[in-house]
Amino acid sequence: MPKHIVTITKANLKDTVKTGGCGECQTSCQSACKTSCTVGNQVCVK
Amino acid sequence: MDLRNYDFGANLHWFEQGGQRIVLDVNSGSLHSFDRPAWEALQRLSDCGGGWEQAKQWIAAKYGAVEAEEVFLELQQLAEAESLFTEDPGFVAPAYPQDTVIKAICLHVAHDCNLRCEYCFAGTGDFGGERSLMSSEVGRQAIRFILEKSRHRRHCEVDFFGGEPLVNFGVVKELVEFGRQEAAKVGKTIKFTLTTNAVLLNQQVRDFLEANDISVVLSLDGRPEVNDRMRPYADGSGSYKEVSGNIKEFVSARQNPSPYAVGTYYYVRGTYTHNNLDFDQDVLHMADIGCKQVSVEPVVAAPQDPYAFQEGDLPILADSYERLADAYLARRRTPQEFDFFHFNLELGKGPCLPKRLSGCGAGYEYLAISPDGDLYPCHQFVGKEEFKVGDVFSGKVDTAMAEKFRSAHVYNKPECLKCWARFFCSGGCHAAAYNFNADILTPYQMGCQLQRKRLECAMYIKVKEAAAVG
Repeated sequence: MPKHIVTITKANLKDTVKTGGCGECQTSCQSACKTSCTVGNQVCVK
Repeated sequence: MDLRNYDFGANLHWFEQGGQRIVLDVNSGSLHSFDRPAWEALQRLSDCGGGWEQAKQWIAAKYGAVEAEEVFLELQQLAEAESLFTEDPGFVAPAYPQDTVIKAICLHVAHDCNLRCEYCFAGTGDFGGERSLMSSEVGRQAIRFILEKSRHRRHCEVDFFGGEPLVNFGVVKELVEFGRQEAAKVGKTIKFTLTTNAVLLNQQVRDFLEANDISVVLSLDGRPEVNDRMRPYADGSGSYKEVSGNIKEFVSARQNPSPYAVGTYYYVRGTYTHNNLDFDQDVLHMADIGCKQVSVEPVVAAPQDPYAFQEGDLPILADSYERLADAYLARRRTPQEFDFFHFNLELGKGPCLPKRLSGCGAGYEYLAISPDGDLYPCHQFVGKEEFKVGDVFSGKVDTAMAEKFRSAHVYNKPECLKCWARFFCSGGCHAAAYNFNADILTPYQMGCQLQRKRLECAMYIKVKEAAAVG
């Protein structure tokens, strides 16, 4: 049990190359912003 | 471990907020909370150029050998699990074809508006040209265009935009019906959204939007005096009273929309300027009047504009984001809770790497269409003739311009390569970069700084929420 570091989220962006890229998710600018790039605020819809 | 060639600044981000020591591993997207010895070990590692033994000895001298062993073992285990000290994955070619696949359009059904917002990038609605409305014929051709150009993609997106799209409500209604029919013929789905100032959002419009599952972005800047200063009618009078009333009625009928803008949702979207650096108060005001899905963004203005940000505004804005994050946490699971779009952060279920590299897709996945049917890389480029990329009637899209935008990803932007936020903002807004630097490869720095601050707040919220559960 780690004593000094708590992992809040374990992610692996590299792995998403194998499963992602379908392009079916919403265009970020259509969601709510229209003035900034908010890709990081979206979720994968798969 | 050998970290002597590791670029700590580009590949890790560590910061303190609200008593939390937060570490982001940029390339994996993993998020950690460190105690003080581990925090100092990371800082020491960075300071001494990745010297593992040197840093360990320093921690042992301060905290004792046992503590140092524990800390460095945990750091090593995280590295082995690819959750810390990971390397940049490098550019990944998109999984989809190189040919232009347009899956989203911003349909400018009206270059006219019933408000005269001070900061409007559309030149108070006309985009620097004649005030005009899109005809049914152009709109229908735009629908045919996207259904064809989206090729193999099943999901297409059409946003009704302006100016103010509801001044051309008849065409909006017609195009929704036409779009549904045409999409069904080819086995596709069109997701419609509408961006409106809500002046004309009456019962008839509300009923139509509900009946047709249309997602809506509603513009309001917050407190009455803040909104009315920047969002007046043509006669100079304030719009808050009428608009906020219409928005309240609309949002009360649309229950439990997704904060991630999935399905049928709404967002109340505001702009903050130099005039309301305490914009957190505007977000809370909107939450208090019943707007549970709020997105408030910094104005993009020319330096000479009176409402443009000034030197010295940034620390004030940073404080506002921090206050907003604490207010957001304090209201969670209470009747006053709200979602703030920029605090959305699903690290484990977020967009894939190809999506993070393609960004907004302007110019090659996403186009804006003017009332005359001309094509531009996005809504913010409409009216800039040098960026016109075609028209819906010829159906041809400038492939050179598409390639230019497709290539404007973080691996082609030197400033992004060393920035820890590169996989969240995807290099930022092309239009802001162009407007400030006349170059879509040079990001708008103020936007970058604000982006990083709100990301820190979003990560802080994640850590605090995990601590509350754990």
